[in-house]
Amino acid sequence: MYEHPLIKYLRRGIRQPFCSGCGNGIIAQCILRAINDLKIDMKKIVFVSGIGCSGWISTLFNADTLHTTHGRPIAFATGVKLGNPELKVVVLTGDGDGAAIGGNHLIHAARRNIEILTILVNNRIYGMTGGQVAPTTPHGMKTTTTPYGNIEYPFDLCKLVEAAGAAYVARWTTFHVKQLISSIKKGLLKDGFSFIEIVSQCPIQYGKYIDLQEPAKLLLMLKDLSINKDKAKTINEKELKEKIIIGEFVDREVIGFSKAYEQLIIKAREKRNE
Amino acid sequence: MSIIIKNKSIEIVIDEEKCKGCGICVALCPLKVLVKSDKISPQGFNLPFPINRDKCSGCRICEYYCPDFAIYIIEGEK
Amino acid sequence: MNEINEIIKPGNYLMMGNEACALGAIIAGCRFFAFYPITPANEIAEYMSIYLPKVGGIYIQMEDEISSIASVIGASWAGLKAMTATSGPGFTLMQENIGHAIMTETPCVIVDVQRCGPSTGTPALPMQGDVYQARRGSHGEYEIIALAPSSVKDTLLLTIEAFNLSEKYRVPVIILSDALIGHMIENVEIPDLSSIKIIDRKKPLKPDESQFFLSEDISPMPTLGSGYRVHITGSTHDEKGIRNVYDPIYVDNLVHKIYAKIHKHIDDIVKIETRYLDDSKVLLLSYGSVARSALHAVKLARKAGLKVGHVKLITLWPFPEKLISNIINKGEVEKIIVLENNMGQIVNEVKRVLHKDIEVKFLPPEILGTIHDPMYILENLKRILGDK
Repeated sequence: MYEHPLIKYLRRGIRQPFCSGCGNGIIAQCILRAINDLKIDMKKIVFVSGIGCSGWISTLFNADTLHTTHGRPIAFATGVKLGNPELKVVVLTGDGDGAAIGGNHLIHAARRNIEILTILVNNRIYGMTGGQVAPTTPHGMKTTTTPYGNIEYPFDLCKLVEAAGAAYVARWTTFHVKQLISSIKKGLLKDGFSFIEIVSQCPIQYGKYIDLQEPAKLLLMLKDLSINKDKAKTINEKELKEKIIIGEFVDREVIGFSKAYEQLIIKAREKRNE
Repeated sequence: MSIIIKNKSIEIVIDEEKCKGCGICVALCPLKVLVKSDKISPQGFNLPFPINRDKCSGCRICEYYCPDFAIYIIEGEK
Repeated sequence: MNEINEIIKPGNYLMMGNEACALGAIIAGCRFFAFYPITPANEIAEYMSIYLPKVGGIYIQMEDEISSIASVIGASWAGLKAMTATSGPGFTLMQENIGHAIMTETPCVIVDVQRCGPSTGTPALPMQGDVYQARRGSHGEYEIIALAPSSVKDTLLLTIEAFNLSEKYRVPVIILSDALIGHMIENVEIPDLSSIKIIDRKKPLKPDESQFFLSEDISPMPTLGSGYRVHITGSTHDEKGIRNVYDPIYVDNLVHKIYAKIHKHIDDIVKIETRYLDDSKVLLLSYGSVARSALHAVKLARKAGLKVGHVKLITLWPFPEKLISNIINKGEVEKIIVLENNMGQIVNEVKRVLHKDIEVKFLPPEILGTIHDPMYILENLKRILGDK
């Protein structure tokens, strides 16, 4: 039988829920390829997802999957990781789920350096609910709730999470599959809070507002807007405005929360009779 | 269920049930192997077709970029 | 249990209600506690932060109450018995995720040390204002278990009971304490811990099992990472956890099953305490901190020759309908006075069940935010008995 090379990682009988050309499917593949390359036992990975299109990525996987309430997957994931530190915990979230309603949990998990990998799919709009403005929507853009143009400015999520204290921070687009797979591998192996922002194409909602709904063209547009972080330093601010700065921003070794807690337990047990 | 086009030792498999006709594989193939065909899938999408199948080098760009796990390369026995 | 004996040996201890709650949780096997500081629940957390690590458990202070209950649910699925504690404002924030715990049938315990509301209110004074909220705080249709301790010893034992019920029935259990019970200090006798019954959740036995949800007799609960590849979701789902948000038949099945899960076993779940029922014409019904005053008033009334009985609700939800119906069958009860430190919440359930048979009256304290003075209860009792 001619089955897909990644078939063993996919849950049988689940229909792909995404729109034609959605970046989520590409991201799903990258995650599975990273796991496959590292030969990690899928039984020991838990996917914790939020509400939004990105949260449905894990429904495709033949793995333990925990689908949570809007904005809270990182908090649920913290409990899972501390409940069993042997498990690899991967959070799938979006720009609304992770940076609007879930923003507080994002920065505290980074500060705490809890050993989970957070993959934030940033399609720069609220896709599932029909195309409302997101905290990552470019300034000036029209959406269903900014009919006169967005007067707010978007987050630089990587800077935010870096400042909060994460151990690994990277940004790629769905065009950069090879780099993505490499980053996901790093994130899976990191003993600390890993954050990968993936700028992704949303042909149906985002594409509608920039009059570019053909998936391949949107994907290539993301590629054209991308600029490597080192090159970005050589360009003036005005030119950088529209650009998507990609690369690895943080990669450091700092003791993770669950490891630090193990040491705390030892200390507490020594002070038995208090 | 799937179209299997054999090219030397490479088989390009297209899963008709899964394909959503997004055209990413067609646009990204570096050797212009694929085109968007008139053939309609059971879900109602225009399927890709490897019209220049002899040019396929098995680079797997179509496979890696397909959001629906609908196109992939099977390498034959050497 | 040996580990716990290192923290506390059998004997008599002066203890605060909140501390007893934490100790009860540890005895019950709680090994994960997530918390966000709020008066009057903070002592639970302080105790947990000292003693949980000593037994290898995890204390984590989260960034808010929402993430506290979220991490409790995550930890429960990872295999730990997990708890959080809060008061009114935090309890309100937790409601969405409590709904998630109900939907996903996650065992966990939530302690609400009630304070005066609404809103910020008065943090260090007691009120019984969250009773309806415990039942209906989250949106949608569901059933839940809520218990009300009325002493420090009660708090310890009911916390253990809460864990046992949550594990047995795979449902969040709310402990409705209040600022008075939480902060009072009483003598508690810690028994030999091996005499305490601890219940653990049912786990799947065979590797090919896949029905982990929606059984009236409680489905087995797999632990994450044990190979069952379980799909846990807050969306409407089937017995395997697979989502279906298109066909209303799934909604119907799911809601009926989560109700049936509790109601089929209601006799095992609900508890009340009664005294002097055999010859009583009037009953005083109360729960939590008010039950202390009510019992005292009943004893005073009996000394004065009045035929009064005492009913204390231990389980508030599901409402112990059958037990309450049965109590008026004994003797010749004519009236029941429901005493609550609020504007009348549980009294409406009592009325619903009993109004056709006897007169149901409501008596709040003279000043809300305090418990009833037993003399005040006695005066009102005499007045009510005087009315024909």
